[in-house]
This record gives sequence, structure tokens and C-alpha cells, in this order.
Amino acid sequence: MAAAAAANGGAAGDRPDRSLVLRNLSKEYVHGKPVLRGVSVRFAPSGVTAIIGPSGTGKSTLIRCVNRLVEPTGGEILFLGQDLARLRGAALRAARRRIGMVFQEYNLVERLSAIENVLCGRLGYVAPWRAWLRKFPHEDVDMAFDLLEAVGLADRARQRADALSGGQRQRIGIARALMQRPDLLLADEPTSSLDPKTSVEIMELMSDLCGRHGIPVIVNIHNVELAKRFAQRMIGMSQGEVVFDGGPAELRDEHLKQIYGGEAWL
Amino acid sequence: MIAPAGATLPGPGAPASAAHREWERFTPRQRLMRFAVYLLAVAAFVQSVRSVNVIPEFLQDAPEQVVDLFARMWPVDWRYYPTTVHAVLVETLHIATLGTILALVLATPVGLMAATNITRWPALRLAAKFILVSSRSVNSLVWALLFVAVFGPGALAGTLAIAFRSVGFVGKLLAEALEEAHKGPVEALTATGAPWTSIILKAYWPQVQPSFWSIALFRWDINIRESAVLGLVGAGGIGTALDDALNLLYWDQVAMTLLAIFAVVIAAEVVVTFIRSRII
Amino acid sequence: MTAAAPGTRPDRRHPFPANWLARAGWIALALYTVYAASLFQLTWARFVEGLENGRHFVARMFPPLFGKWDLLWTGMTESLEIAVISTVLGVALALPVGLLAARNLMPSWISWPARWLIALCRSFHPVIVAILFVKAVGFGALAGIMALVVASIGFIAKLFAEAIEEISLKQVEAVRATGAGFLNVLIMAVQPQVLARFIGFATYQLDSNLRNSTMVGIVGGGGIGATLFTAFQRFDYDYVLTILIAIITLIMIGEVLSGWIRRTFQ
Repeated sequence: MAAAAAANGGAAGDRPDRSLVLRNLSKEYVHGKPVLRGVSVRFAPSGVTAIIGPSGTGKSTLIRCVNRLVEPTGGEILFLGQDLARLRGAALRAARRRIGMVFQEYNLVERLSAIENVLCGRLGYVAPWRAWLRKFPHEDVDMAFDLLEAVGLADRARQRADALSGGQRQRIGIARALMQRPDLLLADEPTSSLDPKTSVEIMELMSDLCGRHGIPVIVNIHNVELAKRFAQRMIGMSQGEVVFDGGPAELRDEHLKQIYGGEAWL
Repeated sequence: MIAPAGATLPGPGAPASAAHREWERFTPRQRLMRFAVYLLAVAAFVQSVRSVNVIPEFLQDAPEQVVDLFARMWPVDWRYYPTTVHAVLVETLHIATLGTILALVLATPVGLMAATNITRWPALRLAAKFILVSSRSVNSLVWALLFVAVFGPGALAGTLAIAFRSVGFVGKLLAEALEEAHKGPVEALTATGAPWTSIILKAYWPQVQPSFWSIALFRWDINIRESAVLGLVGAGGIGTALDDALNLLYWDQVAMTLLAIFAVVIAAEVVVTFIRSRII
Repeated sequence: MTAAAPGTRPDRRHPFPANWLARAGWIALALYTVYAASLFQLTWARFVEGLENGRHFVARMFPPLFGKWDLLWTGMTESLEIAVISTVLGVALALPVGLLAARNLMPSWISWPARWLIALCRSFHPVIVAILFVKAVGFGALAGIMALVVASIGFIAKLFAEAIEEISLKQVEAVRATGAGFLNVLIMAVQPQVLARFIGFATYQLDSNLRNSTMVGIVGGGGIGATLFTAFQRFDYDYVLTILIAIITLIMIGEVLSGWIRRTFQ
């Protein structure tokens, strides 16, 4: 991992350690029925980590606890020298700026154009009145255009988001997340609403762009084949606990059975 | 839907289920409630008719009297328009428009406060709801009376009356529109670390914008009608011309005033329909 | 990602095409507001004076008067009676008128006059209509009832006509496709769509009539309005407050009742 980081330009020392560490993370929506039971994981500072498991097993909750879209009931979330579970107010917003997120339903603002949606990634950095009047700094605008080119949508910059297809919208979502220059990218089932071909394109795009800039990616995914193809590390969850943690090659049928239960689908 | 192996569709040959299941359109409780409503409506009507204070002779005379009234309104006094009606008609339009604008400005923060997905403290939401309900429950005429007592007669009282009455209407609909906004983009922008104001401006406002202008137009339309009466209590507008003509029993002038009101209301509706179809 | 030098990429210079229509609209709105405000001679001195008056005024209203209950009771019951009767009669009359105004059922030489009649009924504030009826049939509840019947017709007939014009042919077709006879079609496809909406209109009009019935008394149409106006003229502001509280309570009860009725018929 260190070699990869060095190869990405800059000595390993001048970039902060982008490892996310979860310690005993737990979450109960209803008292007595925990969705996450004391999960402890140390994520790698680069590369793609896929979290797999059946619906309702807490994968989405786990991801959303990291940037506090869901409030954890207990445990620690250590990132960039801070416990994210304890932050509030401005400190929380500052921490969120450093973490980008891609959503299953893309979550773009439909009536805004593609470029404006991408620029929304900088909302954590610009004053509200600037955002309102669309007076973003030059560098941000240029970066937004660059990102749109990188995701292949430069010619659609001024089109409204609701005029784009699902795959195109997800690309905008990725561009928006990267606009934050994040130290971590979270992806909550980014391909679940896309057809198989587009799913592969999106995974490729994320893994490519993030790999180039040394941004670790944590993806929540339920297509195991897709996960195996793009992830360097797989974490299998079942009933709120981690039951598998290893490389894609090590993932065997008995592990899958343990994670998903039942045989008929294998 | 592919049936799992071994399942059969229910049909004539399949074994019947234990009890013969019935289907009724409404549950017994629902039918009782519906019946209760009918009963209540009939009872209320009958009771009201019995106890209301209407002299039967007047009721019999009524059609004749009404026809007589309209007969006295013809021919219309067209000259009343340029001399008197025009000026107050314009004033009425100003009252309605300015009042609506003021209401939009006042209602926006209150609407934000009342929306369950935006304001997290129930006390604030309750306060906002209280403001909105009070505003709606007090008729614009009563608001006009209040403001005339405070600011003196004239268009200022009228404008404030319209504004304060409209806040409840606009605020309630605005809060509903905000609550119906998609949460997805809001979540996404929260995840970027954006401050609350930016989230409101960039995630909620674009979604709510068409509803906002639609509500504004809707209320402006209603306010034109409301502004026409305020003059009756001294708050400016065409009501003053109407009041004068009525007191002097100049029915032809009354007719002129009514025609002017009618024309303006229809014109406003045309404008509103046009704007709605083209722009919203 | 380096920022491009300004001026090298012409297609990047205007990420947000200026919406001249919207800008013109905002400027016009601002100019108009300033203009109209000036017409009303809104000076600071006047505003401050008004606030002073307002303070005195509010002081005189508190505490509300606990007395003259008989007067209050007769006035409120009369308003209630006016509201109930005019809603029932108004709805009853609005149905045929609305039917006549439906363009998909009636030829235009019938529907046009009906539509103009409805427009006429809607254009005037109920108080204005009440004044006319007071002049015609004398003071009292009769004039108030007639005025609110006119208002009800204006509202309900219009909505009824629109509902008829909008009857979803799809549901009618679906029921027809099962081989149902005309009456059954009516009951199962047409009536459910129309009935729920109709109840909605009727309850809305009941609320509206309740509000207006408290007002028509100001011009002689019976109900609590007359008592209110008299109290104002005699500067009995504490009684004014009592009456207002009673009116607001009645209206809120009306809204709750309407909500219950609507839910019952959903």
C-alpha cells in the first residue's frame, strides 16, 4: 500500500493517513434490535474496499455512520486524527467536507444543470451567498469542467440534471464527490439502479479516478461479481457483524453461504 | 410472477379455503362513520333552517326584490369610471400586489419554521403553526379594521391587512411544499459539509421554486378580490367608491363599480392562467 | 488537475447562461415595490406613530371581556346557521350548474353561459354580494345566506365542472372491459373518483362559508359580524377580542370537523 501511495506522487509523508478505523461501532434503530453490533475494521488508506451482504444487514447503516448521516449509538470512527462520532456543528461540517459520497439514487438536484450540480460539491467551502449567486471561484469552475471531462460529460455541462440518463447522473454524482478533493469516498450501492453494462462503467470510473489520486473507496454493493472484479478487499457482513475480511480471491462459496445464507442462489 | 415449483393457482379444481371469504367495499366501522356524516349534515341543516331568523314574507319577496335591484342598475353610469373608479381601481391593484409581495417576504421564514423536515425543535414548529393559523382565521376585513384603528384609514391599512391575512395561506402551502421535497439531494448536500443556509438555497429552493410562484400567483388572484372590499371599512381601494355610491343609492354608479371589479378579476385570471401555462 | 488559465477555453467562460427573463422579472418586482410603497406615503415617522398606536390598541384589547355572553351566543349561532344552510343549498344548486358548464358533456351554447355565470358568482367578494342582497331583501340572515349561496355556487360549480371534464377515461375503460353495464361503470369507476374530490370541495366551502358568515354581518347580513362591527365603533376593544377568539375557535373546530369528514370519505 505504501508503494502505491508513493507512486501516486508526493512522498507518503506529506499526505495525511487516509485509513478509516471503526472501533466497536454499533447502531440500534429500535432499542434491543441492533443493526450494527460492535463492528471494528481498519480500512486501507487506498484502493477499493467492497462491503457485501444481504439487505438489511447494516451495510448501508455502516457507510452512513461514517459521515454521520446516521447517528451511531456507540463506538468510535477514527479518521484523520479525529473521532467523527463525537463531532458537532462546524467541526462536523469540516470533517464531512473531507469525505465524498455517491448515492444509489444519484441524489442530484434535478432542476440544476450538470455543472452546477458538480459545483455543489464545493458548498462546504464557499459562503452561502456566493453559492446562491453562483459566484464560485475560478479554480473551482475550472476544476468542475475538468471533472466533467474526466467522467466524459463535458458536452452536457449546461444541461439540466433531469435530462440525463441514470448512468450519466451517477457520473455527475461521482464528479460532485470528487469536487470536494476528498480524503475518502463512500459509495452506497452506487450501481443498484443501473443496468449491468453501466454498472461496470461506473465502478471502473470510480476505481480509476480514485486510484489516480490515492483516494480510498468504500463501496457498499450487493453484486458480488462486480465487487470481486473491482475491489482489492472484501468485507462480508451478516446480521450486523463482519463475518469475512479478505481479498476477492479468498472469497469462497462457504463464505458466501455464511454471509447470505441459503444455497439455491449459488 | 413465476410461481415456485409445486404451487397451483386457485381455481375450480383447487381445494376451497376453510371459510367463504367476503369482500365488502367498506368495513362496518367505515360505513358507520359515513352514515354519521350524512346524519350530521342532515341534522345540522334541519336545525339551522328551523332556528334561523328569516321572515317568511321576505323570503317570498326575495326574487322580486333582487330583480328590481338589478333593474335599477341599468343603464350603467359609464362616466363614473374616469372620474372616480379608475383611480381607486388602480389603488386596489397596488394594495393587492404590494400586500402579496409583503406576505411572501413574511411567510417565507414562517413557512420554513413550520416545515417538519427543516426545523428540528417542536416548540418553534408549533409557534410557526400558531402564527399561520391565526393569520388565516382572522378575515381580511377584520385585519383591515384593526389596521385602520392603528394606522388610520387609507391604503396602508389595506395593504397590511392583505399581507397579514395572506401569510397564513402562503406559509401553510409553502411548508407543505417543503415537506414534499425529495430528501435525496438534501442528504447529498449535507454530506458535502454544506452549512444549513446553503442546503436550503441549493437543495430545497430549486425543488420548491415552481410551487412558490404558483402559490404566489394563486394568492395574488384571491387578494385582488379581497382588496376590493377593504374600502368598505376605510382601508382604501375600490371599496370606497362602492360604499359612496351605495350610500347615495346611485345604482347606476354601483353597477359601474361592480363591472370594473368584474373586469379586473377576469383580467387577473387570464394573466394568471397565461403565466401558469407558459412559465411554471 | 491544474487550473486552466483564464481565457484559454471559451466554452468554459459561462458556466451559467444568464436567464434574462428571470433577471428582468426580479428587477421589475423590486422597482414596483419601491414605486408602490412610495404611493402609500410610507414614511418612517408614520410607521413609528403606527407602532405606538398599535401598542395602545393591543393594551386596550387585553384582557378579553368576560361578559355579554347572550349577545355572543346568538351572533355565533346565527353565523353557524347561515354557514350550514348556505353550504347545503349552495352545493345543491352548484351541481346542476356545474353539470351544465362541463364542456365535454354540453354543447357550447349551454356551457358558455353557464361558465360566465360561474365566473360572475366568483368574482365578487361575498361581502359585496351581501351588501347588494341586503339592499334588495333587507337586513338579516336571509341576505347573508343568499350571498354565501352565490359564493358557494361560484366555487363548487367551477370545480365540479372541471372534475367532470377530467374524468379519467382509463378507469372507466378498465371497468367497461370487464363487461359491466353503464350503471355499474358509474358506481365503480366514475363515482369513487368524483365523490372523494367532491367531499373535499364541499368541506372546503363549508370552512370558507363559516369564515365569511362571521363577516357578512358587518354589512347587515346577519351573524356575529354586526356585533363585532358595533364593538369596534364603540371602542369596546376588549369585547372585540372576545368575539375574535370565539370566531377563531369556531373556525378551528370547523377545520377539524372538515378534516374528519374528508378522512371518512377517502
